[in-house]
Amino acid sequence: MTLLSIDWFFIIEKVLLISAVLVLSLVVAMYSTWGERKVAAWIQDRLGPNRAGPMGLLQPLADGGKLFFKEEIIPTHANRFMFILGPSIAMMVACMTSAVIPWGDNLTIAGRTVSLQVADVNIGILFIFGVVSMGVYGIMIGGWASNNKYSLLASVRAASQIISYELPMGLALIALLMLTGTLSLKEIVEAQRHGLWNVVYQPLGFFIFLICAFAECNRTPFDLPEAENELNGGYHLEYSSMKLGFFLFAEYINMFISSALMATMYFGGYAFPFMDSLGLSPNMLTVLGFLALFIKTLLFIFLFMWVRWTIPRFRYDQLMRLGWKVLIPLALANMLITGAVVLMRQH
Amino acid sequence: MQALTNRAKAVDRRPMTFMEKLYIPAIAKGMSITMKHLFQRKATVSFPEKKRDFSPVFRGLHVLNRDEEGRERCTACGLCAVACPAEAITMEAAERLPGEENLYREEKYAAKYEINMLRCIFCGFCEEACPKDAVYMSETFAPANYQRKGFIYGKDDLLIPHPKEQGK
Repeated sequence: MTLLSIDWFFIIEKVLLISAVLVLSLVVAMYSTWGERKVAAWIQDRLGPNRAGPMGLLQPLADGGKLFFKEEIIPTHANRFMFILGPSIAMMVACMTSAVIPWGDNLTIAGRTVSLQVADVNIGILFIFGVVSMGVYGIMIGGWASNNKYSLLASVRAASQIISYELPMGLALIALLMLTGTLSLKEIVEAQRHGLWNVVYQPLGFFIFLICAFAECNRTPFDLPEAENELNGGYHLEYSSMKLGFFLFAEYINMFISSALMATMYFGGYAFPFMDSLGLSPNMLTVLGFLALFIKTLLFIFLFMWVRWTIPRFRYDQLMRLGWKVLIPLALANMLITGAVVLMRQH
Repeated sequence: MQALTNRAKAVDRRPMTFMEKLYIPAIAKGMSITMKHLFQRKATVSFPEKKRDFSPVFRGLHVLNRDEEGRERCTACGLCAVACPAEAITMEAAERLPGEENLYREEKYAAKYEINMLRCIFCGFCEEACPKDAVYMSETFAPANYQRKGFIYGKDDLLIPHPKEQGK
């Protein structure tokens, strides 16, 4: 009997944590749409949404309501199953990556230690890469199922972009792994907690990762998959109402997760300077640490938006040239130098 | 060739130097510019709450003026209609009857006075042509309407309120 007993508290704790992380990423994604419009407006000397609620804070709800009530059209010649599968995959994949990010240190509640990480797996980064590369299927299936040549072309373009930029991203991360010696995100954060942040050791690696993250999230200047004004509408050309909303929403979740990921891997995650010399209780530190990670993440999201309203979009050949001829060699060189330094330190 | 303005600039077609090829300084410069705009004064006017002042020479919707005692100034001379390049103004004259001296200033008055706001080009010639200072252009727009006939403004739309009866 005892052998089969299940630790119910553990399951409840994890279910609560998963729901909390999911709700957090959905809310952040919702308000990113509001933030995006606000930042865009401010940069263009406008005010932005300010009619729905105070400061326009109810705008995301209004947008969501609009998307739900819009007419839903599935083209006659589209493959219905695939057509619905596309946005579902995009949304699911976007939500899955949050599982391995350590949102904070351990909390001690009534004698139980609760980790603020859904799964501390020792292959954390590999998991993220595996899941993120699944995102291509969402885009490919979305474009293919529409049975429209333009969507298909756009989705091929998008898929090749995402695959091209995944290479330098992985190479940049390998250099980081050489330094930290672990794939677990929790351990990477803990190493930064007692030392310097990884961005100090890996400035070039961070920069490459940042550029690739922009490309992976389809954000400007890499937003070819949805360049509606000079290319066609993109892989979601045929989509309407909430299915389009899912594609766009998944993109904002991706932006949030990749911001959190960059904060975790290069900017100390939930660690903040002098956190161990403040003399606060561990629980207090965990809460503060979560806030620190959240602020870092929001700053990255702001960076995404800031860049969007500054830099124009790449041409497709420029995009490919940057990925293959600049970023991959740079990432390789970065890896080589890091390896040499690590080797020199050992001897 | 001589430049027409002193703003002409020769295009630099030299190949980019290494620093320029890095793009990073240019991107940083661009981002500092956008960041500066984040804190600049916004050009937006929150319209229904805040109305922007018109320029003093703005030519908006017409009004038919009255004199100090509230009598209509217009004598239906037709000069405004003649001056109108869009032929938007039509009127019919009538003779003042005894006992109507408090209504119309002169012996002749406009029984019907119409301006077609769809034709009007707001040039202000009517205002200039009027010898009696009767037609003026105010600082308001013609409000939207669902039907074309709604844009034909009659006397009840154009006449300004009576200065003495206004308070009632």
